[in-house]
Amino acid sequence: MKQTISVLVENRAGVLNRITNLFSRRAFNIESLAVGTTDDPTISRITIIVDSGNSVVEQVEKQLNKLVDVIKVRTLDENSLIGRELVLIKVNATPKTRQDIMTICELMGARVADISPTSLTLELSDTPDRIEVFEDMLRPFSIKALARTGVIALQKGSGNI
Amino acid sequence: MKIRATQAIMECLLEQEVDTVFGYPGGSILNVYDELYNYRDKITHILTAHEQGAAHAADGYARSTGKVGVCFATSGPGATNLTTGIATAYMDSSPVVFLTCNVAEPYLGKDSFQEVDITGIAMPITKATYLVRDAQTIPDVMREAFAVAATGRPGPVLIDFLKNVTAPSVEIDYEFVPWTQNRRLGSIKALADAHELKAPEPNSDDIDILADMIAQSEKPLLICGGGVVRARADKEFRELAEKLDAPVAITVMGGGGFPGGHPLTAGMIGMHGSQASNVACNECDLLIAVGCRFSDRVALQPETFASQAKIVQIDIDRSEIDKNVLTDHHIVGNAKRVLELLNQRLGQYSHPEWKEHILPLRQPSIPRVSEQLTPKQVLETIRRLAPQDTIVATDVGQHQMWSIQHFHFDYPGQLLTSGGFGTMGFGLGAAIGAKMGNPDKVVVHTTGDGCFRMNCNELATVEHYKLPIITVVFNNGTLGMVRQWQHLIYHERYSETTLDRGPDFVKLAEAYGLKGFRVTTQAEMEKAFREALSAGCGCVIDCMLDMDEMVRPMVAGGAHITDFLLH
Repeated sequence: MKQTISVLVENRAGVLNRITNLFSRRAFNIESLAVGTTDDPTISRITIIVDSGNSVVEQVEKQLNKLVDVIKVRTLDENSLIGRELVLIKVNATPKTRQDIMTICELMGARVADISPTSLTLELSDTPDRIEVFEDMLRPFSIKALARTGVIALQKGSGNI
Repeated sequence: MKIRATQAIMECLLEQEVDTVFGYPGGSILNVYDELYNYRDKITHILTAHEQGAAHAADGYARSTGKVGVCFATSGPGATNLTTGIATAYMDSSPVVFLTCNVAEPYLGKDSFQEVDITGIAMPITKATYLVRDAQTIPDVMREAFAVAATGRPGPVLIDFLKNVTAPSVEIDYEFVPWTQNRRLGSIKALADAHELKAPEPNSDDIDILADMIAQSEKPLLICGGGVVRARADKEFRELAEKLDAPVAITVMGGGGFPGGHPLTAGMIGMHGSQASNVACNECDLLIAVGCRFSDRVALQPETFASQAKIVQIDIDRSEIDKNVLTDHHIVGNAKRVLELLNQRLGQYSHPEWKEHILPLRQPSIPRVSEQLTPKQVLETIRRLAPQDTIVATDVGQHQMWSIQHFHFDYPGQLLTSGGFGTMGFGLGAAIGAKMGNPDKVVVHTTGDGCFRMNCNELATVEHYKLPIITVVFNNGTLGMVRQWQHLIYHERYSETTLDRGPDFVKLAEAYGLKGFRVTTQAEMEKAFREALSAGCGCVIDCMLDMDEMVRPMVAGGAHITDFLLH
């Protein structure tokens, strides 16, 4: 089961290490990890997506809460979060195929970030599901390189962690 | 007021009322030791033979006094030598502040001489680590470190100062604030607010629920865990046990939390637990564990543990709740406070039949008949001759289990043992720390020949500081506990456990300037121990035992708690 954990931490050296350590100690894999500062530059938000059983994540959440540098922890459930990810995809494109690729971009709401005689580099910010659809659609044109940022997430509505 | 950065480090120690530190100097920490020279009238520094010994000594000091222990070491190997000691303190929730120095900022991250990322290494075995790059943060960091180590669930903290931060030319703004007031200052206040540094106040409804559960129980069992010892909640726990009129099982870490000779004591629980405790655990209808994390040495088989009981866990650390054993009810809070509130709501109960069923099972197991001196004879001699409040520091293995089974511990801090991490070589350092913190008490260090050989270098410390610590070596010429497993589980294939080698521990003691005795009978043991008690110096008593002695009873790891491999 995939879980999204949002952690607010002191923006200090070594904090990320301490947090990922808690996951590696329990031998479960972090699927995606995104870190950035919040509106307060002394505080960072870490968004972690992890695949594991339910009870174990609860244990990690408690352990995270104990860390001196951790300010707040919240496991966000699928229905109550807005999650977005940014992807950059470089795809082979000749003058012949370019228009087909552009049609997919339009349908998905992606933008062209760069262009060359033999390639297009596209950017899309969306939910992980839709990014996967986008990727699948481009695969027939041959993807040369791909980079994803990992999901960042906030709670829906006016609630806040 | 402007003072030197190193001076601020010392003043911050004085703020915390630290008067004794343990450590070992070196290149990177020279500036701190130079400052210590100015403070030598106020802060006693104990120079050990090895940094590991200093770490265990600071830990033993903390465990036996209830104060925060302090340990110094230099960068690189000095710092890494601490790690076993840090992990030992971490697993047993012992509050120790470790101060190390690292290379200067320009040399950081360049594989400089004696450089190591100790804050990185210590991360999983500390409550918090701090790397100090800015001298002005020293007071905040020191105050926070002590607060983190001492409050909530206690544990070790490490501060690593860059050498340039400690340079004599560096001055900072500093004002002396006693620890009772400085926890409301600066960085610590935010920390206290965010993390409830003090234990959370127990929920009153939770306590009512427990009081109801107690009223409905016919066969209650109490477990006294390490949390009772750390919270110094022995009086409250005893009151609870007497009001409940229930048998009390004691974990290794709980030794001293409840009087060993009390009529309600059922004995140790778990792998080498008494039949009384283990059977009670299996048959009780209500199990109340105080400050106990149900480790794999207690809840050997979590799925069947106390299967007929409602399980209640009282712990200061929320992350321990439901970690190893699923509970029916729990209360998060400091053991002392929770039990205080609980006791107020309880009347007097009486469970004569249940007690009559359980407590007679606690008679000690029958020892093997041996012509040689037996472990039991050694321990009985010590128990008879040493004052009742003697502090016992153990190493790890058979002698540790025997010591805990045979001695009666009556107050928190009387038993010093590495229960969680199982560190061979812990005992002598811990005994040194305990003696420094409790100069009026007799300190006995029990050890095996394998453990003692690991860190016997600290005999030099015992001699130099004239510490009359009595080391009793259970010398059976083997790594007894491992041999026991090899005998029972590995078809007597004694792979690399026979220790048929030197040194001669009597001569070793003498070489260090201490007294040594070799004993082979109970009469010799008695004579040697009497002499050691009045010797006024450190003594080593080498007790020659049979290598096939075993710790009884025993339940194998992962087995049902009453499925005894040995009775």
